Amino acid sequence: MIRKKGGKSLPKISTASLPDIVFMLLFFFMVVTVMRDTEQMVSIAYPEATELQKLEKKSLVSYINVGPPTTTWSTKYGTAPRVQLNDRIANNMNEIKTFIVNERSKLKEALQPKMTTSLKVDRDTKMGIISEIKTELRKASALKINYSARQREEF
Amino acid sequence: MAKKKREAPEINASSMADIAFLLLIFFLVTTTMDVDKGIVATLPPWTPDQEDVEVDINARNVLEILVNAKDQLLVEGEVMDISQLKAETIKHITNNGRDENYSDSPTKAIVSLKNDKGTSYGRYISVYNELRAGYNQVRNDHAMNTFGKAYDDLEKAQQKEVRAIYPLKLSEAEPKDYGSATK
Repeated sequence: MIRKKGGKSLPKISTASLPDIVFMLLFFFMVVTVMRDTEQMVSIAYPEATELQKLEKKSLVSYINVGPPTTTWSTKYGTAPRVQLNDRIANNMNEIKTFIVNERSKLKEALQPKMTTSLKVDRDTKMGIISEIKTELRKASALKINYSARQREEF
Repeated sequence: MAKKKREAPEINASSMADIAFLLLIFFLVTTTMDVDKGIVATLPPWTPDQEDVEVDINARNVLEILVNAKDQLLVEGEVMDISQLKAETIKHITNNGRDENYSDSPTKAIVSLKNDKGTSYGRYISVYNELRAGYNQVRNDHAMNTFGKAYDDLEKAQQKEVRAIYPLKLSEAEPKDYGSATK
Protein backbone atom coordinates (compact mmCIF):
# COMPACT_ATOMS: atom_id res chain seq x y z
CA MET A 1 0.00 0.00 0.00
CA ILE A 2 1.23 3.38 -0.79
CA ARG A 3 0.61 6.07 1.69
CA LYS A 4 1.60 9.65 1.62
CA LYS A 5 4.06 10.28 4.31
CA GLY A 6 3.76 13.22 6.65
CA GLY A 7 2.44 16.59 5.82
CA LYS A 8 -1.07 15.77 6.83
CA SER A 9 -2.03 17.25 10.17
CA LEU A 10 -4.80 15.82 12.31
CA PRO A 11 -8.24 17.15 11.47
CA LYS A 12 -9.59 19.55 14.04
CA ILE A 13 -12.39 18.23 16.20
CA SER A 14 -15.40 20.40 15.84
CA THR A 15 -16.37 22.05 19.09
CA ALA A 16 -19.55 23.50 17.71
CA SER A 17 -21.71 21.12 19.75
CA LEU A 18 -19.88 21.82 22.97
CA PRO A 19 -22.20 24.66 24.03
CA ASP A 20 -25.16 22.38 23.44
CA ILE A 21 -23.76 19.71 25.68
CA VAL A 22 -22.90 22.19 28.37
CA PHE A 23 -26.33 23.75 28.15
CA MET A 24 -27.91 20.37 28.53
CA LEU A 25 -25.95 19.76 31.72
CA LEU A 26 -26.72 23.28 32.84
CA PHE A 27 -30.45 22.80 32.47
CA PHE A 28 -30.26 19.50 34.28
CA PHE A 29 -28.62 21.08 37.28
CA MET A 30 -30.88 24.10 37.17
CA VAL A 31 -33.90 21.86 37.37
CA VAL A 32 -32.44 19.64 40.06
CA THR A 33 -31.17 22.44 42.27
CA VAL A 34 -33.34 23.30 45.18
CA MET A 35 -32.29 26.51 46.75
CA ARG A 36 -32.45 26.12 50.47
CA ASP A 37 -35.32 28.30 51.53
CA THR A 38 -34.71 28.24 55.22
CA GLU A 39 -31.54 29.21 56.91
CA GLN A 40 -29.94 26.60 59.13
CA MET A 41 -29.79 28.30 62.49
CA VAL A 42 -28.70 25.33 64.52
CA SER A 43 -25.71 23.16 63.80
CA ILE A 44 -26.43 19.48 63.57
CA ALA A 45 -24.07 16.53 63.66
CA TYR A 46 -26.27 13.66 62.62
CA PRO A 47 -26.25 10.41 64.56
CA GLU A 48 -25.27 7.29 62.69
CA ALA A 49 -27.43 4.25 62.12
CA THR A 50 -27.80 1.26 59.83
CA GLU A 51 -31.55 0.66 59.51
CA LEU A 52 -32.24 3.65 57.32
CA GLN A 53 -35.09 4.27 54.97
CA LYS A 54 -35.32 6.93 52.35
CA LEU A 55 -37.63 9.80 52.97
CA GLU A 56 -40.11 9.87 50.11
CA LYS A 57 -42.29 12.73 48.95
CA LYS A 58 -40.47 15.78 50.23
CA SER A 59 -43.61 17.87 50.02
CA LEU A 60 -45.19 15.80 52.78
CA VAL A 61 -42.31 16.30 55.15
CA SER A 62 -41.95 19.04 57.68
CA TYR A 63 -38.68 19.48 59.48
CA ILE A 64 -37.86 20.11 63.08
CA ASN A 65 -34.22 20.93 63.70
CA VAL A 66 -32.71 20.62 67.11
CA GLY A 67 -29.19 21.51 68.09
CA PRO A 68 -26.95 24.21 69.46
CA PRO A 69 -27.32 27.53 67.56
CA THR A 70 -24.62 28.24 65.01
CA THR A 71 -21.95 30.83 65.77
CA THR A 72 -23.92 33.63 64.11
CA TRP A 73 -26.94 32.96 66.26
CA SER A 74 -25.32 31.85 69.49
CA THR A 75 -25.07 35.44 70.73
CA LYS A 76 -28.82 35.76 70.48
CA TYR A 77 -29.91 32.29 71.47
CA GLY A 78 -27.08 30.95 73.58
CA THR A 79 -25.25 27.69 73.16
CA ALA A 80 -27.74 25.29 74.64
CA PRO A 81 -29.65 23.17 72.10
CA ARG A 82 -32.67 24.93 70.68
CA VAL A 83 -35.57 23.91 68.47
CA GLN A 84 -35.79 25.44 65.03
CA LEU A 85 -39.10 25.38 63.20
CA ASN A 86 -38.76 26.60 59.63
CA ASP A 87 -36.74 29.80 59.86
CA ARG A 88 -37.13 30.71 63.46
CA ILE A 89 -36.13 29.40 66.82
CA ALA A 90 -38.97 28.27 69.01
CA ASN A 91 -39.14 29.91 72.39
CA ASN A 92 -41.65 27.55 73.75
CA MET A 93 -42.46 23.89 73.22
CA ASN A 94 -46.11 24.79 72.60
CA GLU A 95 -45.08 26.35 69.30
CA ILE A 96 -44.44 22.91 67.88
CA LYS A 97 -48.12 22.11 67.93
CA THR A 98 -49.00 25.33 66.11
CA PHE A 99 -46.22 24.65 63.64
CA ILE A 100 -47.53 21.15 62.89
CA VAL A 101 -51.10 22.36 62.51
CA ASN A 102 -49.87 25.07 60.16
CA GLU A 103 -47.81 22.68 58.08
CA ARG A 104 -50.66 20.25 57.91
CA SER A 105 -53.12 22.86 56.70
CA LYS A 106 -50.82 23.56 53.76
CA LEU A 107 -51.37 20.04 52.44
CA LYS A 108 -54.34 18.70 50.56
CA GLU A 109 -56.83 17.02 52.80
CA ALA A 110 -56.28 13.58 51.32
CA LEU A 111 -52.56 13.81 51.94
CA GLN A 112 -52.73 15.13 55.47
CA PRO A 113 -52.61 11.75 57.21
CA LYS A 114 -49.46 10.95 55.26
CA MET A 115 -47.57 13.88 56.67
CA THR A 116 -44.24 12.96 58.14
CA THR A 117 -42.19 14.94 60.57
CA SER A 118 -38.48 14.67 60.16
CA LEU A 119 -36.50 15.18 63.32
CA LYS A 120 -33.07 16.48 62.53
CA VAL A 121 -31.37 16.37 65.83
CA ASP A 122 -27.81 16.87 66.90
CA ARG A 123 -26.39 13.72 68.39
CA ASP A 124 -25.29 15.35 71.63
CA THR A 125 -28.73 16.69 72.46
CA LYS A 126 -30.17 15.35 75.68
CA MET A 127 -33.23 13.14 75.56
CA GLY A 128 -35.18 15.47 77.82
CA ILE A 129 -35.80 17.87 74.95
CA ILE A 130 -36.51 15.08 72.48
CA SER A 131 -39.20 13.55 74.62
CA GLU A 132 -40.84 16.93 75.11
CA ILE A 133 -40.91 17.33 71.33
CA LYS A 134 -42.29 13.84 70.93
CA THR A 135 -45.01 14.56 73.45
CA GLU A 136 -45.94 17.73 71.55
CA LEU A 137 -46.02 15.77 68.29
CA ARG A 138 -48.27 13.19 69.85
CA LYS A 139 -50.59 15.91 71.09
CA ALA A 140 -50.70 17.33 67.59
CA SER A 141 -51.24 13.77 66.34
CA ALA A 142 -48.30 13.94 63.97
CA LEU A 143 -47.40 10.36 64.62
CA LYS A 144 -45.29 9.53 61.62
CA ILE A 145 -41.78 10.61 62.37
CA ASN A 146 -38.39 10.06 60.93
CA TYR A 147 -35.17 10.29 62.87
CA SER A 148 -32.70 11.75 60.43
CA ALA A 149 -29.42 9.84 60.47
CA ARG A 150 -26.38 9.02 58.42
CA GLN A 151 -25.42 5.61 57.14
CA ARG A 152 -22.97 3.77 59.34
CA GLU A 153 -20.98 0.69 58.55
CA GLU A 154 -21.57 -2.32 60.79
CA PHE A 155 -19.61 -2.56 64.00
CA MET B 1 -23.20 57.90 -1.28
CA ALA B 2 -23.76 54.59 -2.75
CA LYS B 3 -23.41 51.91 -0.19
CA LYS B 4 -23.29 48.26 -0.87
CA LYS B 5 -25.81 46.40 1.16
CA ARG B 6 -23.90 44.60 3.82
CA GLU B 7 -24.93 41.50 5.61
CA ALA B 8 -25.16 41.69 9.38
CA PRO B 9 -21.92 40.49 10.88
CA GLU B 10 -22.11 37.17 12.58
CA ILE B 11 -21.80 37.26 16.33
CA ASN B 12 -18.95 35.26 17.56
CA ALA B 13 -20.44 32.47 19.59
CA SER B 14 -17.26 30.86 20.79
CA SER B 15 -17.58 32.43 24.23
CA MET B 16 -21.03 30.96 24.65
CA ALA B 17 -19.50 27.74 25.89
CA ASP B 18 -17.53 29.65 28.51
CA ILE B 19 -20.59 31.44 29.79
CA ALA B 20 -22.52 28.20 29.92
CA PHE B 21 -19.67 26.53 31.76
CA LEU B 22 -19.63 29.29 34.30
CA LEU B 23 -23.32 28.88 34.98
CA LEU B 24 -22.95 25.13 35.01
CA ILE B 25 -20.25 25.27 37.65
CA PHE B 26 -22.34 27.63 39.74
CA PHE B 27 -25.26 25.22 39.75
CA LEU B 28 -22.99 22.24 40.31
CA VAL B 29 -21.66 23.87 43.43
CA THR B 30 -25.00 25.00 44.80
CA THR B 31 -26.77 21.71 44.18
CA THR B 32 -27.15 19.58 47.24
CA MET B 33 -28.42 16.21 46.26
CA ASP B 34 -28.47 14.76 49.72
CA VAL B 35 -31.24 12.25 50.03
CA ASP B 36 -32.85 12.47 53.37
CA LYS B 37 -32.45 9.23 55.14
CA GLY B 38 -33.52 8.21 58.55
CA ILE B 39 -35.18 5.72 60.81
CA VAL B 40 -38.92 5.73 60.37
CA ALA B 41 -40.94 5.44 63.53
CA THR B 42 -44.53 5.77 64.60
CA LEU B 43 -45.44 7.44 67.85
CA PRO B 44 -48.24 6.13 70.01
CA PRO B 45 -51.35 8.31 69.98
CA TRP B 46 -51.70 10.82 72.76
CA THR B 47 -54.02 9.97 75.58
CA PRO B 48 -54.96 12.92 77.78
CA ASP B 49 -54.32 11.34 81.11
CA GLN B 50 -50.80 10.15 80.96
CA GLU B 51 -51.14 7.70 83.78
CA ASP B 52 -48.87 4.76 83.48
CA VAL B 53 -51.39 2.11 82.82
CA GLU B 54 -50.82 -1.01 84.78
CA VAL B 55 -51.07 -3.78 82.30
CA ASP B 56 -50.74 -7.32 83.37
CA ILE B 57 -47.77 -8.45 81.39
CA ASN B 58 -45.67 -11.37 82.29
CA ALA B 59 -42.24 -10.08 83.17
CA ARG B 60 -40.56 -12.64 80.94
CA ASN B 61 -42.17 -11.09 77.86
CA VAL B 62 -40.59 -7.73 78.46
CA LEU B 63 -37.06 -6.97 77.41
CA GLU B 64 -36.21 -4.13 79.68
CA ILE B 65 -33.61 -1.67 78.51
CA LEU B 66 -32.40 1.22 80.58
CA VAL B 67 -30.03 3.88 79.36
CA ASN B 68 -28.56 6.19 81.95
CA ALA B 69 -27.26 9.72 81.72
CA LYS B 70 -23.77 8.44 81.03
CA ASP B 71 -25.07 6.53 78.02
CA GLN B 72 -24.54 3.19 79.69
CA LEU B 73 -26.84 0.31 78.93
CA LEU B 74 -28.67 -1.91 81.37
CA VAL B 75 -30.53 -4.81 79.78
CA GLU B 76 -32.67 -6.98 82.04
CA GLY B 77 -30.73 -5.73 85.02
CA GLU B 78 -27.31 -6.40 83.59
CA VAL B 79 -24.78 -4.06 82.08
CA MET B 80 -24.39 -4.72 78.41
CA ASP B 81 -22.35 -3.38 75.53
CA ILE B 82 -24.41 -2.03 72.66
CA SER B 83 -22.80 -4.43 70.19
CA GLN B 84 -24.60 -7.32 71.90
CA LEU B 85 -28.00 -5.69 71.93
CA LYS B 86 -29.06 -6.90 68.50
CA ALA B 87 -28.29 -10.52 69.35
CA GLU B 88 -30.10 -10.12 72.66
CA THR B 89 -33.16 -8.71 70.92
CA ILE B 90 -33.24 -11.56 68.45
CA LYS B 91 -32.86 -14.06 71.26
CA HIS B 92 -35.74 -12.41 73.07
CA ILE B 93 -38.09 -12.43 70.08
CA THR B 94 -37.38 -15.91 68.82
CA ASN B 95 -37.32 -17.60 72.20
CA ASN B 96 -40.79 -19.16 71.87
CA GLY B 97 -40.91 -20.15 75.51
CA ARG B 98 -37.70 -22.15 75.66
CA ASP B 99 -35.73 -20.02 78.07
CA GLU B 100 -37.83 -18.82 80.97
CA ASN B 101 -36.12 -15.42 81.05
CA TYR B 102 -37.15 -14.58 77.52
CA SER B 103 -40.48 -14.23 75.74
CA ASP B 104 -43.26 -16.77 75.34
CA SER B 105 -43.80 -16.02 71.67
CA PRO B 106 -42.86 -13.32 69.15
CA THR B 107 -46.33 -11.77 69.33
CA LYS B 108 -46.11 -11.42 73.08
CA ALA B 109 -42.59 -10.04 73.12
CA ILE B 110 -42.33 -6.43 74.20
CA VAL B 111 -39.33 -4.19 74.31
CA SER B 112 -39.32 -1.53 76.95
CA LEU B 113 -36.92 1.34 76.47
CA LYS B 114 -36.31 3.80 79.25
CA ASN B 115 -34.00 6.74 78.95
CA ASP B 116 -32.67 9.19 81.39
CA LYS B 117 -33.24 12.85 80.65
CA GLY B 118 -29.51 13.18 80.28
CA THR B 119 -29.12 10.39 77.75
CA SER B 120 -27.68 11.70 74.52
CA TYR B 121 -29.75 11.52 71.37
CA GLY B 122 -26.91 9.75 69.56
CA ARG B 123 -27.01 6.91 72.07
CA TYR B 124 -30.79 6.72 71.91
CA ILE B 125 -30.65 6.39 68.13
CA SER B 126 -28.01 3.70 68.25
CA VAL B 127 -30.02 1.71 70.80
CA TYR B 128 -33.19 2.15 68.79
CA ASN B 129 -31.27 1.21 65.68
CA GLU B 130 -30.07 -2.06 67.22
CA LEU B 131 -33.62 -2.97 68.22
CA ARG B 132 -34.84 -2.27 64.72
CA ALA B 133 -31.92 -4.21 63.30
CA GLY B 134 -32.88 -7.21 65.44
CA TYR B 135 -36.49 -7.08 64.30
CA ASN B 136 -35.52 -6.51 60.70
CA GLN B 137 -33.27 -9.53 60.74
CA VAL B 138 -35.89 -11.79 62.30
CA ARG B 139 -38.47 -10.62 59.77
CA ASN B 140 -36.05 -11.06 56.95
CA ASP B 141 -35.19 -14.60 58.03
CA HIS B 142 -38.87 -15.44 58.22
CA ALA B 143 -39.46 -13.95 54.78
CA MET B 144 -36.58 -15.95 53.37
CA ASN B 145 -37.89 -19.20 54.85
CA THR B 146 -41.52 -18.80 53.86
CA PHE B 147 -41.39 -16.79 50.66
CA GLY B 148 -37.82 -17.32 49.56
CA LYS B 149 -37.39 -13.59 49.16
CA ALA B 150 -35.93 -10.81 51.23
CA TYR B 151 -38.41 -8.86 53.32
CA ASP B 152 -37.93 -5.72 51.27
CA ASP B 153 -38.76 -7.56 48.04
CA LEU B 154 -42.07 -8.91 49.29
CA GLU B 155 -45.48 -7.67 48.30
CA LYS B 156 -47.18 -5.23 50.69
CA ALA B 157 -49.62 -7.88 51.90
CA GLN B 158 -46.85 -10.36 52.52
CA GLN B 159 -44.86 -7.79 54.45
CA LYS B 160 -47.91 -7.18 56.58
CA GLU B 161 -48.19 -10.90 57.21
CA VAL B 162 -44.59 -11.09 58.35
CA ARG B 163 -45.05 -8.02 60.50
CA ALA B 164 -48.06 -9.62 62.14
CA ILE B 165 -45.95 -12.59 63.17
CA TYR B 166 -43.13 -10.44 64.47
CA PRO B 167 -44.76 -7.21 65.60
CA LEU B 168 -42.49 -4.53 66.96
CA LYS B 169 -43.95 -3.65 70.30
CA LEU B 170 -41.85 -0.93 71.74
CA SER B 171 -42.81 0.79 74.89
CA GLU B 172 -41.02 4.03 75.56
CA ALA B 173 -41.49 5.44 78.98
CA GLU B 174 -41.16 9.14 79.63
CA PRO B 175 -37.54 9.79 80.45
CA LYS B 176 -37.01 10.10 84.13
CA ASP B 177 -34.45 12.17 85.82
CA TYR B 178 -32.72 9.58 87.91
CA GLY B 179 -30.81 12.29 89.67
CA SER B 180 -27.38 11.11 88.70
CA ALA B 181 -25.17 13.28 86.56
CA THR B 182 -27.60 16.08 85.95
CA LYS B 183 -26.32 18.36 83.28
